[in-house]
Amino acid sequence: MVPALLLGLPAIVLLLMFLIGPFFAGIGFSFTNIRLISANPVESVGLRNYQRLVKVAVLKVEPVMDPATGQPALDEDGNLVYPRSRDFTRDEENYPRFAGTREWFDFNIGDTRYYVLAGDPTFMKSIINVIFFALIVIPLQTGLGLLLAILVNQKLKGRNFFRTIYFSPVVTSMVVISIVWVFLYDKDNGLVNQFIGLFGLPAVNWLGQTSTAMLAIIVMSVWQGVGFQMILFLAGLQGIPDFLYEAASIDGANTWQKFRNITLPGLRGIFVFIIITITIAAFQLFTQPYVMTNGGPDDATTTVVFHMVRKGFREQDIAVASAIGVLFFLFILGISMVQRFILRDQEA
Amino acid sequence: MTASTQSVAVSKSSKRRLPKDWKSKVVQYATNLILVIFFIFPLVFMIMASFKPNDQIFADLRSLRAFLPVGDLSLTNYQAVFAKSKFPRFLFNSLFISVTTILLSLIVNSMLAYALSRLKWAGQKLVLAIIIATLIIPGETVIMPLLLLVSKLPGLSLTEGITTGWLNTYHVQIIPFIVSAFSIFLFYQFFRDIPKELDEAALVDGASRFQIYYKIILPNSGPVIATVTILTFIGAWNSFLWPTMVIQSEELRPVMVGMQYFFQQDTEWGEVMAYAAMITIPVLLVFLLFQRSFVQSIASSGIKG
Repeated sequence: MVPALLLGLPAIVLLLMFLIGPFFAGIGFSFTNIRLISANPVESVGLRNYQRLVKVAVLKVEPVMDPATGQPALDEDGNLVYPRSRDFTRDEENYPRFAGTREWFDFNIGDTRYYVLAGDPTFMKSIINVIFFALIVIPLQTGLGLLLAILVNQKLKGRNFFRTIYFSPVVTSMVVISIVWVFLYDKDNGLVNQFIGLFGLPAVNWLGQTSTAMLAIIVMSVWQGVGFQMILFLAGLQGIPDFLYEAASIDGANTWQKFRNITLPGLRGIFVFIIITITIAAFQLFTQPYVMTNGGPDDATTTVVFHMVRKGFREQDIAVASAIGVLFFLFILGISMVQRFILRDQEA
Repeated sequence: MTASTQSVAVSKSSKRRLPKDWKSKVVQYATNLILVIFFIFPLVFMIMASFKPNDQIFADLRSLRAFLPVGDLSLTNYQAVFAKSKFPRFLFNSLFISVTTILLSLIVNSMLAYALSRLKWAGQKLVLAIIIATLIIPGETVIMPLLLLVSKLPGLSLTEGITTGWLNTYHVQIIPFIVSAFSIFLFYQFFRDIPKELDEAALVDGASRFQIYYKIILPNSGPVIATVTILTFIGAWNSFLWPTMVIQSEELRPVMVGMQYFFQQDTEWGEVMAYAAMITIPVLLVFLLFQRSFVQSIASSGIKG
């Protein structure tokens, strides 16, 4: 008992202080107004931080009428004029339902305009951004990862060399990679624009415009991380017994049939695992937007963790940042339960 | 097309079938060559640019010269890194933090794992269950409350006596990262598979539990020590978000944060590339030396989920 305590105590104390303690403290903080540095006393605010983060409301407005003619008013360009969303969100007395919200985006159905309001529009944008990231990266990284794994699994001279090259970005620091790629993506002198210029395409300000900034980060992230998926698929491929392929050959199966009916089913567990790790990694995305775009332009590359750091560190709002951290944990918890469920289903 | 079908084809191939095989080999080599270029061009560009003056970097971009060691090559950019930043200091900080974290984490995590796998004590099962449960807690959930916590923790300073807050210290970059539920778990799994007969023989010979730990268990745990070392090193060396928040002093800055500052204050491409090369090439060389361990360690870190 005594040696066990002596041996185990340092790790247990550190675990309590720096993992379990902060974990529960974070849950507690998320129900308060605690700040990093503040003269005000800490007070409980109930669910307010969470409500603010997830609050979404839709505001329906009709075009403004011209009182003189009774017809809809038009601006100089001949477009319909609508009341501004902030006329409602800042009028707590008459519209308490929209209190504390700001405009996230708007759309029209016919002449009626709908403003979608959110308690924290940037948080909502960050969730959409990471979902977009995941939806593009999942097919790219699984497809390319599987292709690489198949290639380096061939009996080919130099395959260890190829494997090492494809894996090397995984062990390179993301800060370094991000900075080097800022130069590659440079509008005037970047290699990427030089390269597409060879095909007569015009130069693109990859990181400087909302339509391409996230795509640029996605391409770089796939390039950096795909070696990891390659290794996982490689392990999966090597786990498929050879006799299955031999039996299929005897039965006259062609290459595609063998791939479709032996390789793909044999890799199902790996596929599930990879899709889940990529989804989690998308929600963890931080270094790339921090170094390359600072979350911009116009929040186009703001991610969940980036927003959390902006809240907690730059704005010193530890309470809201902790609430984002708790939501993040619930998300991870949910996704690992989905993973368990899918894999259990497969085994049965 | 698939790996194993190919290997089946190869094993069955005779001289008669060689031409077909030969064609597919050419396709495979060509594909690999394109991929090698795709994966290696940023690194080659970085290294070459680090030796070139800025105007030449831009001029070379229009041709393959961007990837070749041609023209006016010098160490000017490297000298500029040393002149414009405290690079040696940043390097020392990162090495010191990495080595200290690795050593302490090897000791602390393996001791608990030994107690869990080899000794009988009250609460053992509970502690093991808690450690497995904590594997799911993401660092992102803990980092903000931890920031507040370390800003309030008492510290001891040689010059100021008892201080408040761990911000701007070495230990704030080390102590929170010593213990790792995943490392404990790796050690635990490995120790469990070391035959118990070894301990029993040593006990008969009069060895203490602690002696068994460091004379029998640890010397037989090379692979798991390598894995924990590699994973802890990658984490410590690449750490970025945490030091960005807790370190304001330039004296205590690690290399990655130093690089971000250098990048922001200075847009001379060649100099930034020289800085990047100096913190990337050594790690890549270590990776090349211990490839197998690196790949296995990183793969295992992904499989924990």
